[in-house]
Amino acid sequence: MRFLAEVVISLKPVVNDPQGLTVRAGLHQLGFAEVSEVRVGKHIALEVEGDSEAGVRRRVAEMCERLLRNPVIEDYRIELREGGSR
Amino acid sequence: MRFGIAVFPGTWSDRDCARAVDVAGYESVYLWHRDRDLRGSDCVILPGGFSYGDHLRTGAVARFAPLMESVQEFAAGGGLVLGICNGFQILCEAHLLPGALTRNQSLEFRCEMSWLRVETAETPFTSACDRDQVLAIPVSHGEGRYVAEPSTLDRLEAEARVAFRYVSPDGSPVGDASPNGSMRDIAGIVSEGRNVLGMMPHPERAAEPLLGSTDGMRIFRSVVNAVAADSAFAVAP
Repeated sequence: MRFLAEVVISLKPVVNDPQGLTVRAGLHQLGFAEVSEVRVGKHIALEVEGDSEAGVRRRVAEMCERLLRNPVIEDYRIELREGGSR
Repeated sequence: MRFGIAVFPGTWSDRDCARAVDVAGYESVYLWHRDRDLRGSDCVILPGGFSYGDHLRTGAVARFAPLMESVQEFAAGGGLVLGICNGFQILCEAHLLPGALTRNQSLEFRCEMSWLRVETAETPFTSACDRDQVLAIPVSHGEGRYVAEPSTLDRLEAEARVAFRYVSPDGSPVGDASPNGSMRDIAGIVSEGRNVLGMMPHPERAAEPLLGSTDGMRIFRSVVNAVAADSAFAVAP
């Protein structure tokens, strides 16, 4: 079976995010005064072959632990569904 | 005395390092990222640049190069490893040094002179400096903001493992003039065994009067002295 795994990498709450602050300032400039907090992260989409959702989730979590995120500064979240991206 | 200089795809300071070593009167060899042979190096330099295009994160891919396996072993055996700029980023990703280097606070790429206060002369990389001496050594990076858990920072300070801090030219705290916003103004740190140094500024670009400073030479001279004085530092096979 083919799965689409979407990995969202975000900076840990304690890590200062100057990019997010700049985006927030831009939004305020445009009049979106209701925006109080912006954090910029990364989105990585993976097409993965596997037998079960649980198995694929475990493998993708291992990929996150070993390469996709830096545990010092980043958290991650995995969204998984069956089928390709297209 | 032989310096081994790692070359990854995208490394850009390898020749600057070789030039500095040459000016100092020592031998250098280039170490290709796909090789595992450290070619008898007394000290391995991981130079600046954008290894593997900085894809995913700076240093994240270089860490898996075959050469890095040899560098890890060399460091574990007490060999001297000097990571400069991208080399510092690689050392953090490879867990040879704690913490991480993130986007500069200004979001700008900064290429300018920086002033470093020597926080300890008790390392093989700073023994030719005096403690509290201010060195003029340029930075050139977009992702040099040093970040680590407060407990890690406390430990680095307690163990005198902060080698350099950014300061003003007169040695006073750098404040808002920090080139990158590093936590506690940290510019360079050493490993627990003190045989691995990571620093964002480029000592090889402060190695000749023509470059505006020769302060970087003190780091190369320290390494040479350390190797000469203490044969306990492992030589690479």
